[in-house]
Amino acid sequence: MKKLINSPDSVIADALKGIEASDDNVRIDHDNRVIYRREAKDSGKVALISGGGSGHEPMHGGFVGLGMLDAACAGEMFTSPTPDQMLAATTEVDNGAGVLHIVKNYTGDVMNFEMAAEMAVDAGVKVETVLVADDVAVEDSTWTAGRRGVGTTVLLEKIVGAAAEEGLDLAAVKELAERVTANGRSMGMALTSCTVPAAGKPTFDLPEDQMEIGIGIHGEPGRHREPIADAKSIAKQLVDPILHDHDFTGAPVIAMLNGMGGTPLIELYLMYGEVVALLEEAGVKVERNLVGNYITSLDMAGCSLTLLRADDDMIRHWDAPVRTAGLRWGL
Amino acid sequence: MGSVSANELILDDLAEWLRRYAQIIDENKTYLTELDSAIGDADHGANMARGTAAVVATLDQAQSIDALLKKAGMTLVSTVGGTSGPLYGTLLMKMGMAAGNVVSLYPDQFGKAFRAGIEGVIARGKTELEDKTMIDALLPSIDAFDAAVADGAGLHDAIESAQQAAAAGRDATIPMVARKGRASYLGERSAGHLDPGAASATYLWDALADVTGA
Repeated sequence: MKKLINSPDSVIADALKGIEASDDNVRIDHDNRVIYRREAKDSGKVALISGGGSGHEPMHGGFVGLGMLDAACAGEMFTSPTPDQMLAATTEVDNGAGVLHIVKNYTGDVMNFEMAAEMAVDAGVKVETVLVADDVAVEDSTWTAGRRGVGTTVLLEKIVGAAAEEGLDLAAVKELAERVTANGRSMGMALTSCTVPAAGKPTFDLPEDQMEIGIGIHGEPGRHREPIADAKSIAKQLVDPILHDHDFTGAPVIAMLNGMGGTPLIELYLMYGEVVALLEEAGVKVERNLVGNYITSLDMAGCSLTLLRADDDMIRHWDAPVRTAGLRWGL
Repeated sequence: MGSVSANELILDDLAEWLRRYAQIIDENKTYLTELDSAIGDADHGANMARGTAAVVATLDQAQSIDALLKKAGMTLVSTVGGTSGPLYGTLLMKMGMAAGNVVSLYPDQFGKAFRAGIEGVIARGKTELEDKTMIDALLPSIDAFDAAVADGAGLHDAIESAQQAAAAGRDATIPMVARKGRASYLGERSAGHLDPGAASATYLWDALADVTGA
């Protein structure tokens, strides 16, 4: 393992110091590992909190700031944060209008946020929760933990963040958030595994001539493994299951071609070109897009595609000003 | 140890129980992580060892059984993380609430409190039997404990019945297909592996048997 770290035990604490030093949108509670938006509370604004395991940067800490999140809780590497962190964040950011918890659908994240929400409600805070479960690689059924929450989370934090900034109340913010999750789908693939610092070796073995289709963001296995192919056919393996799962025609679409952390941008742009060609063929009209590393899996090489069937409201919120380390426009 | 009066669990016994549990977890953390790497994310042993070690540091402060168990539960929730933190934390917190502000429990009272804890886990995890989780070890174990107590068994004998039922329940998870947690993403491929949560839950009874044994 070769990594830019001091020790596997201090990666998160050390990284939080660097985030604090580099990003003037945020302040950090190092004891609770919560990243807060720096400027003073805007009274009457619904507050947005997310959080999850570390190792997915810039998500979530890099999306704290004007027009997106009010706070992000950083867990251990690939491990959910704990309810005491979330409770501290929830009571700190609430200014009477209530708090929306944005939770990715993993059993640990769901349970920890659920406990935090129960405690916050006991403390007199209005809390609503939206669950993101957009990974089409996972069969959704009552007999599994359900689909994983991946790329749609990024789009949701941007769109719903703008709506909260505009002054929508908690019920309206939650309704919009649920509309986004209902219309977002993702699919990912890996060229390599990733190495968790504490483990010191790759989470799974993937031979040089193989790729894993349908991966999650924690090095968990995908749908299947097959010989590496050209970008055009890999793009098809991402686009087809998404279009099969949800209708993306007849509405403006927001597309995100996301890098898993270890793939150069030139390859992500190349993949985006292939994806857009396939979408055009299928009659899907992409109105807005993101290409880059937004929801990563440490040093994993590979990419994921997220499509959101948007509406005029969502596009307007997408275009609204945002100032975070991860996304910045309109200012 | 050895402070156990014939047929009662006192505050010190329960503190000793959690100390012994932490020890067993620590001795088996590599094994638990190996079980977890087959069908989960390879951190169950390390996470439980970190959490139970933190619990041991809190045990001397409590003046009552509910305070002891609630503090231990909160500590697990805030140090273990993942799924095990909320589930084991809920188990101990609900057990403490059901036990109440007392310093000793008769077997039937202990059984009632433990069952309340298990019901808390079922509610938190939205789990049922045969989902391939810790519930597959815990539910049969408390049934066996209550049945033994109802039959007039002494405390230690009832605990041994529960221990055997937990181990049988744990081993029965091997052929099951996981329906909860990260293992469920594997579908049929999760069969053939012992559930790590059922393994760590069985140690609860192993620890209790050690503490109440002669």
